[in-house]
Amino acid sequence: MENALILLIEDETQMLRFLRITLKGHGYKLVEAVTGKEGLMQAAMRNPDVILLDLGLPDMDGLGVIQQLRSWSDVSIIVISAREQEEDKIRALDTGADDYLTKPFSAGELLARIRVALRHKLFVSQGQKEHTFTVYDLKVDLSTRQVFINDVEIHLTPIEYNLLAVLIKNAGKVVTHSQLLKEVWGINYANQTQYLRVYMAQLRRKLESDPARPKFLINEPAIGYRLKLNE
Amino acid sequence: MDDQRPSPEALLAQVKMEEARKTQGNLKVFFGAAPGVGKTYAMLEAARQKQSEGVEVVVAVVETHKRKETEKLLEGLEVLQKTRIEYRGAVLYELDIDEALRRKPSLILVDELAHTNAPESRHKKRWQDVFELLEAGIDVYTTLNVQHLESLSDVVAQITGVTIRETVPDFVIERADEVALVDLPPDELLQRLKEGKVYIPELADQARGNFFRKGNLLALRELALRRTAERVDEQIQDYRVVKGVKEVWPVSERILVSISSNPRSIRLIRAAKRMAAGLRAEWMAVNVEAPSKVKPTKADLAKLAAHIRLAEELGAETITLTGQRASDEILRYATSRNVTKIIIGKPAHPRWKDVLFGSMLDEIVRGSGNIDVYVISGDRGQPIPEPVTKLKKQNTMITKDIPMTVATVAVCTVVAHFMDPYVARADLAMVYLIGVVFMATRSEKLSSFLTALLGVLAFDFFFVPPRYTFEVSSTSYLITFFVMLVLAFVISKLTLRVKDQVDSARERQQTTASLYNLSRKLVNKQSMEQVCALVISHIAEILSCRAVVLLPDEYGVLESKITTQDTFELDQKEYSVAKWCYDHKQRAGFATDTLSGAKAMYLPLVASAKTIGVIGVIMSPTQEFLEQRQMHILESFANQSAMAIERVLLADEAQQALLKAETETLRNTLLSSISHDLRTPLAAITGAASTILQKDITLDYNENQELLLTIYEEAEHLNQIIRNVLNMTRIEAGAITVKKQWQPIEEIIGAALNRMAEKLGNRAVDITLPEDLPMVFFDPLLIEQVLMNLLDNAIKYTPPEMPIELSSKAENDSVVVHVRDRGPGLIAGEEQRIFDKFVRSTSKGGGIGLGLTICRAIVTAHGGKISAQNRHGGGAEFSFTLPVINQPDMTQAPE
Repeated sequence: MENALILLIEDETQMLRFLRITLKGHGYKLVEAVTGKEGLMQAAMRNPDVILLDLGLPDMDGLGVIQQLRSWSDVSIIVISAREQEEDKIRALDTGADDYLTKPFSAGELLARIRVALRHKLFVSQGQKEHTFTVYDLKVDLSTRQVFINDVEIHLTPIEYNLLAVLIKNAGKVVTHSQLLKEVWGINYANQTQYLRVYMAQLRRKLESDPARPKFLINEPAIGYRLKLNE
Repeated sequence: MDDQRPSPEALLAQVKMEEARKTQGNLKVFFGAAPGVGKTYAMLEAARQKQSEGVEVVVAVVETHKRKETEKLLEGLEVLQKTRIEYRGAVLYELDIDEALRRKPSLILVDELAHTNAPESRHKKRWQDVFELLEAGIDVYTTLNVQHLESLSDVVAQITGVTIRETVPDFVIERADEVALVDLPPDELLQRLKEGKVYIPELADQARGNFFRKGNLLALRELALRRTAERVDEQIQDYRVVKGVKEVWPVSERILVSISSNPRSIRLIRAAKRMAAGLRAEWMAVNVEAPSKVKPTKADLAKLAAHIRLAEELGAETITLTGQRASDEILRYATSRNVTKIIIGKPAHPRWKDVLFGSMLDEIVRGSGNIDVYVISGDRGQPIPEPVTKLKKQNTMITKDIPMTVATVAVCTVVAHFMDPYVARADLAMVYLIGVVFMATRSEKLSSFLTALLGVLAFDFFFVPPRYTFEVSSTSYLITFFVMLVLAFVISKLTLRVKDQVDSARERQQTTASLYNLSRKLVNKQSMEQVCALVISHIAEILSCRAVVLLPDEYGVLESKITTQDTFELDQKEYSVAKWCYDHKQRAGFATDTLSGAKAMYLPLVASAKTIGVIGVIMSPTQEFLEQRQMHILESFANQSAMAIERVLLADEAQQALLKAETETLRNTLLSSISHDLRTPLAAITGAASTILQKDITLDYNENQELLLTIYEEAEHLNQIIRNVLNMTRIEAGAITVKKQWQPIEEIIGAALNRMAEKLGNRAVDITLPEDLPMVFFDPLLIEQVLMNLLDNAIKYTPPEMPIELSSKAENDSVVVHVRDRGPGLIAGEEQRIFDKFVRSTSKGGGIGLGLTICRAIVTAHGGKISAQNRHGGGAEFSFTLPVINQPDMTQAPE
């Protein structure tokens, strides 16, 4: 995805300067907006590949921006927030954001997240044709529901498989606990995180070589899980 | 600010008075020093003036005494017919009150306020007629001479030698809305007298001569002037009170007035008030309770209470002293309070009593030393009518005792009958004396007297020859009878006194004991609920009633902290009474002067600074009201409770203050510590960045990279410090709530290692986690922070090639996590101290020293423990535990 178009909705000059230099230096095209309204307008007109959205905007709440965007666009949204409160991130993710970055962050982290977002877009567009998903030593055949580690088939229970499938569908992105619970168990189980944790632990033991230092089934404490893609 | 605001009590009194006055007419008194100064003239002139202003003026009574100038003024004024009253052949004309009320003008003139009405008139005194007119809303002009004023009549009698029979109580002139002094110099008055312009009806010619001497007139004029001045002064005082102006003059005099249940005390109190106002002195009303005296009746106590209240209303400080001799107690107290004047009443009892029992007046005068003693006649006080029910009660008591009396005498007679053959006849009388003593110990005074009398009669009838008649053969028996009676009298009196002393001593002892008991128990009660419960149960027990302690909440709404079987519920009406009591610092409700319609009585709990609550007491239906003694107990309880409650409040406040101070200290230490720790990385960043920016310096690629790395690392460092500080303050402020969730510990270890990946670099981390670790209930973010801080320490304090070991295992009821390193280890003795705030390992420079403190705070908040120790073979080991209780129910986990 060379020359991907990134929409930057951010009102702080210092941050803008840093992001502009970094992103342009890495070959991305950039559209800037300093208010939520302007951002929405730019998103509609320019159809960017990724949106970097600061949650603290002068004119409207970042969550509002996500909500409006999601009503007509599937564009990848990466939230940038100085807020450390996990609730804000969870709300942003549940509202439709794809990922988040907490200030301060390094250029490396930022670029990694952008790459994930772009790759995810590619994955979704090609997902219809390709029936296998591969990351590290994990290979999943989505049509036959078979899971292999180093080409050895691993037996998963239906719940474990469904869990993995939801994470694969959102590969690279953070999936919140409640999103996972809703998709796997249904809306009534959205708060029963202990079920999720038990199955995730089982999944890690079956798929990860060192469950305490997982390579791709990453825990985002208090928020959710992420299926990490190869760098 | 406060001294400019009148007290709510004063305002309330003012409002009440104004309310009452609003519907009443105005009273204007034309006040003069002597007859003939021109009061009537002045009154008529004023009335004409009013009439010309359009006011409807009617003359009810005006004595012109045929003086031309005066009669001329009457022209054009409507004059009411007087009623004609025939009395013992004489025809008297009096004010027709009914006609006046029917006519109902705006202003009515009634001359000679001190006039005594003819017998069979509606009121005895004319001022009573005037009051009725005022009550009907009619304004009244009237005239009064100084010698008719009751409080001054004795003075006037002393000056002039003429006793004035027609007097007006002082409160009449106090009630007056306006007092106009009509003044005439004595010489001019004497001149008018010579010209025959003065009519003096009530004095005989000679008395007239005595009265109208220049010296007298001067004295009377001074009295009138002074009385008027006092009135003006009072008004100023009232004004000052209402407008909130504090007294500015120093108090040099202190007046003490001795009061009792005797109705004459009312006058003494008023006299003391007048004197105190005149001298601008403080004054106090003192009542001496003598335990040796016969126990006062309920009626007496009620009267005494009324007198005490009157004194309080008039601004006195009231004190009740206890002692054997009233004179001693009064003098001792007077000396201790630097009293300058003592006011006591003239004795009203016969002189022989003084000879026998000693005179209190005499003792006070003798022992007064520097103190002036004023003896004031009090024989014309207005007694409070005695409640009839009480008298009835006493009567029934005596009638109840009569059978007992008769039985006692009968038993004595039988005993004497059997003894008769063996002892002298006079000795038989002794048997009856025993009967008297017996009765005296059990019942009231009258029945023991009755026993004595019956005994004498029985002795006479049965044993004195001729027997079975009341005749007496020898006169010597009369002496026996007399001695018997006197002895019986004295014995019964003494026995009763002893009994009363025992009674009152017992009551006192009970009071003291219950108070002591309460205060002793209150001392170790720490919570407000405990204090309230104790107070309520004590009051309920001692006074056999139900009670409630109401304390204001943060919004000032009174509420009861506890509910027991001894408390009672307040409805809206009762609550408003309690609130009034709280707001006005005065008792209110049942059996008080304010809002007495309430079911319960409310006493304010007054602590040193302010009212802190209210005690409500509801009497059981059988109980009419609390006796004086019980009232005292209740008040003492209220005082004790107020102190205890205040103590609890202060303790709470002190606790809060301490907490605040601690937080403050922490914040200060934190700030000074942070400012240092923040500046160090900032200095490095600023320096490195400015070097790169400089144009006249050429840096090679490596140098450039090194500077940039410094900037990056130091910024990371800053971020870490800020995160720790933020977390610390949030934990301290209670802003962080521990959001516990069930989760495996390995999950959070993985997350922490993931986050620390960059810092760990290639460092080896050995992880030991058994597969069967139970799930633990904890806040993932906070425990992640603990792990990160511990890992960070291990990275910081150990060489990069040394591995870090991370392990976890189940232990009893908890899961323990160890973070071990092979670094230099901890300095011996520092193992505990390193968890304290702002303590940094002395071995090597590092963070702000908050990391481990936060770890401890977090682990403690989870109910776990954190510790540090040195390992065998070198290095440090940090361990923390998380309790494992009640594994979550996973059976419902749907497949």
